[in-house]
Amino acid sequence: MMTGRWMTLRSWLLLAPLLAVMTFIIGWPLAKTIGVSFTDAKLLGGAVNWVGVDNFSRVLTSAAFYSVVWTTIKFVLVSVSAEFVIGLAAALLLDQQFVGRNLLRALMILPWALPTVVNATMWRLIYNPDFGAFNAMLTQLGLIDAYRSWLGEPSSALYAICLADVWKNFPLVTLIALAALQSVPRELRAAAVMDGAGPWSRFRAVVLPFLIGPLTVAIVLRIIEAFKVFDIIWVMTRGGPANSTKTVSMLVYEQAFAFQKAGLGGSVALVMVLVSSLLIAGYVGLLRRQGEFR
Amino acid sequence: MSNTYRSRLMQAIVGGAILAGAQSLSFGALADTTLNALFMAQAAYSEDNVRAMTADFEAANPGVKINLEFVPYEGLHDKTTLAQGAGSGYDVVLFDVIWPAEFAENKVLVDVTDKITPEMKEGVLPGAWTTVEYQNKRYGMPWILDTKYLFYNTEILEKAGIAAPPKTWAELLEQAAIIKEKKLVEFPIVWSWAQAEAAICDYTTLVAAFGGQFLDADGKPAFQTGGGVDALSYMTESLDKGLSNPNSKEYLEEDVRRVFSSGEAAFALNWTYMYNMANDPKESKIVGKVGVVPAPGVDGKSEASAVNGSMGLGITSTSKNPDEAWKYITFMTSQPVQEKFAKLSLPIWAASYAAPAVTTGQEALVAAAKTSLGLMFPRPTTPTYQQLSTTLQQAIHAALLKTSSPADALKTAADSAGGGL
Amino acid sequence: MMERRSLPFSIFLYANAIVLGIFIVAPLLWLVIMSISDTNDLTTVPLRWLPQTLDLHRYGELTSTVANSVGAAFLQAMRNSLLVAGMATIAALAVAIPAAWSVSRADGKLDVSLYGIIATYMLPPVALVVPIYFALSALGALNSVFSLAIVYLSILAPFTTWLLKSNFDHVPVEIEKAAMIDGARLDQILRRVTLPLAAPALTTAGLFAFLLAWDEFFYALLFTAKDSKTLPVFIADLAGGRVADYGLIATAGVLASLPPVLIGFFLQKSLVSGLTAGGVKG
Repeated sequence: MMTGRWMTLRSWLLLAPLLAVMTFIIGWPLAKTIGVSFTDAKLLGGAVNWVGVDNFSRVLTSAAFYSVVWTTIKFVLVSVSAEFVIGLAAALLLDQQFVGRNLLRALMILPWALPTVVNATMWRLIYNPDFGAFNAMLTQLGLIDAYRSWLGEPSSALYAICLADVWKNFPLVTLIALAALQSVPRELRAAAVMDGAGPWSRFRAVVLPFLIGPLTVAIVLRIIEAFKVFDIIWVMTRGGPANSTKTVSMLVYEQAFAFQKAGLGGSVALVMVLVSSLLIAGYVGLLRRQGEFR
Repeated sequence: MSNTYRSRLMQAIVGGAILAGAQSLSFGALADTTLNALFMAQAAYSEDNVRAMTADFEAANPGVKINLEFVPYEGLHDKTTLAQGAGSGYDVVLFDVIWPAEFAENKVLVDVTDKITPEMKEGVLPGAWTTVEYQNKRYGMPWILDTKYLFYNTEILEKAGIAAPPKTWAELLEQAAIIKEKKLVEFPIVWSWAQAEAAICDYTTLVAAFGGQFLDADGKPAFQTGGGVDALSYMTESLDKGLSNPNSKEYLEEDVRRVFSSGEAAFALNWTYMYNMANDPKESKIVGKVGVVPAPGVDGKSEASAVNGSMGLGITSTSKNPDEAWKYITFMTSQPVQEKFAKLSLPIWAASYAAPAVTTGQEALVAAAKTSLGLMFPRPTTPTYQQLSTTLQQAIHAALLKTSSPADALKTAADSAGGGL
Repeated sequence: MMERRSLPFSIFLYANAIVLGIFIVAPLLWLVIMSISDTNDLTTVPLRWLPQTLDLHRYGELTSTVANSVGAAFLQAMRNSLLVAGMATIAALAVAIPAAWSVSRADGKLDVSLYGIIATYMLPPVALVVPIYFALSALGALNSVFSLAIVYLSILAPFTTWLLKSNFDHVPVEIEKAAMIDGARLDQILRRVTLPLAAPALTTAGLFAFLLAWDEFFYALLFTAKDSKTLPVFIADLAGGRVADYGLIATAGVLASLPPVLIGFFLQKSLVSGLTAGGVKG
């Protein structure tokens, strides 16, 4: 058995390529973004001046910034909680024995595997105000009396996007929850039935302890991802109508690329990194506490 | 910029790998020149038109090959600026009338003032030249000479007993009210009011009609006063009365075309290209029922109104083949080519408007063009146009969606014309 | 479950199963129907749900190879996507295998570094994109599938490392030790002992990585143009442009989804471990 220093050196050598990749493609740009955000750098060049914390004070005192933050929070809350509820319900259903269960389980793969941009495009077509299937369905079912512009009204646009996002991502929660459910030992369930426990108390005492860890991980993961949302909104509404679907990522894009204010865009991005870091720290903490499960 | 942010280490590691790879891919042993050209997939010339023109050019110029790329108008500006940083981007780009200021300041486009011949100077309509000018220099050739016209469905107007299309914007609402009352269509007027440049074009047309101004003599916002407010109030009024299609708030030009072509609107404001597409049986259910007139005016203020929605073709400063690029541009904008493809976009050449190849079959359009092209109202010329436009789009939407009155929305926009943050 | 079910409960169960099935399948089915319907059927009110005639011409249109046609652009984007995802996946595995093995064999001493790496790659791309853009621009390396693949490496490598590490944990150390006693070098041990034992995990990790790269949009939108566009960018452009033909957009969507859907079904069994490790898209 090799020991000591050689072991350690070898370990780090084997890790080196990965560390190099992360340093060059993530660490270095992040450091640069921090630097740029204290300047008035433009995307296409020109003089670069140090402006101190001007960008940050401008961002943090701007109503427009808080409005996109609030939109992002709404998106995260609505999407992720709906994914949690529908995902868990679907998992509990698929945990039962019934004809067609395996088929249904396999179908859960479809939304997950569909590319995000295709999903967004698909739902945009479905929501089309003149010919869309969503309007057609609701009208023919008698639920609405006239076609509506789901993505054209600020009252509905964000929620319409949320539905598209939920459709794509709830299977993730389902699949993780289902795996956890099926790791509950049969004997344990059987014993609970013998004890005459009702369905709810059986769920709480026997199943829930197995579920809670994996589900928390799935939820935190979804929150981290949803917080970064860009592509689905880019394709479906580009932030409109009346900015009602403009998220923080969209704002960074607008400032840094459309307006070419790299410095200002960078400072918005950094504020976003701070919030993300808290979430990610929570996620990693969860992973470490629970060890890896699969 | 590049030097400021260059990282030598990054260059050594990433660059080596990429350059090696890129060379093996792109050195296809072509002795020919290949140009990359960026066009839009929206309004004006169709993709097929551009392909056909380009094929003609390639046939006439063996040794020059053109790669065409089409992006939505919404992506055209960002693609062009992003490719600028790429160095090896496009050779020829299509640019909107509102961008020369920014592109000149950032040296995206080559100054071609000296390349323009006296024949070009004489032959091209003066209005078209404004498309490519900034501070007395020219940054390309005008190519799409375009403005928004008022289209109407002749059959619906006839059924409603309306003898002539409206001459004023007020009259438009009156006629629309009659059409709505007679239940000929539910929403008589359709616009492109999505939160995008399209909404600014419609707004600009109205600002011109109501005698408004974007900026005052000092370059300060002036749209929050007088005609600027009247124009936006008109837009909200037409929605409130149920005369404008409420989905307009989510429409771009293509949606307007589709709604109008399916016979679900009596009036539509749109670019030149809709005239012949709405008369194309493959694309439309209202063939032969398409009327077109200049956008109306306002009593005591204007006879008619128009926005300058023209676009030009320019050479990027990163192009390695500016001479071939210019050859391509002069071909694309030449009188014979423009006259051959005059169905979706009208020529920039004054003489073309008398040529039968251009006028035959679209007399109404050419007649409207003669009025409108002379009236084209510019959007503000400023290097930070994108920000101003974004701010205005938000104000327009705030008013259309009732979160703010037109006057308040525009005042807020004027106060924060810096662009959102 | 051992317990017997009451009839009402069974009905409740099946009713829910049917609702769930419809919720999942309906949007996709509609996508497919749009791709094979005549435009007139799609733009009729009230909507005709089933096409009157089968219209497959769009599949031909998108696979046409005529120069400068939509089909040529689509095929080019498909090729770029394959190239980028393929290269990034191979590079990611090359980086991840030694790293994962090292962490796995360090008895938890290096786990911290792995957690750090996982945390880093979850940062929002908007925080990195401007400097990467500057750097690629300075190197003249924008608009290249190679650059994009390298950028993707920063997403794929940590993820695959994470997946592989937990799999290497299951390869018995004793076998490796035995080989070592026989005088095998480290690379020989990895190649002949560990990797063959972990082969299924390698495949899984590779396919997951491929899917992540296939799906990526943000970097691709900013770093590619003309002939380096990937499929998501192509589809976003197509949907945003002058296409009154919804069916064509739907067709591009269907074709772009086929590879990931097939891979998804193939991955079914190992999906959960991948999902937990952050193999989420969107």
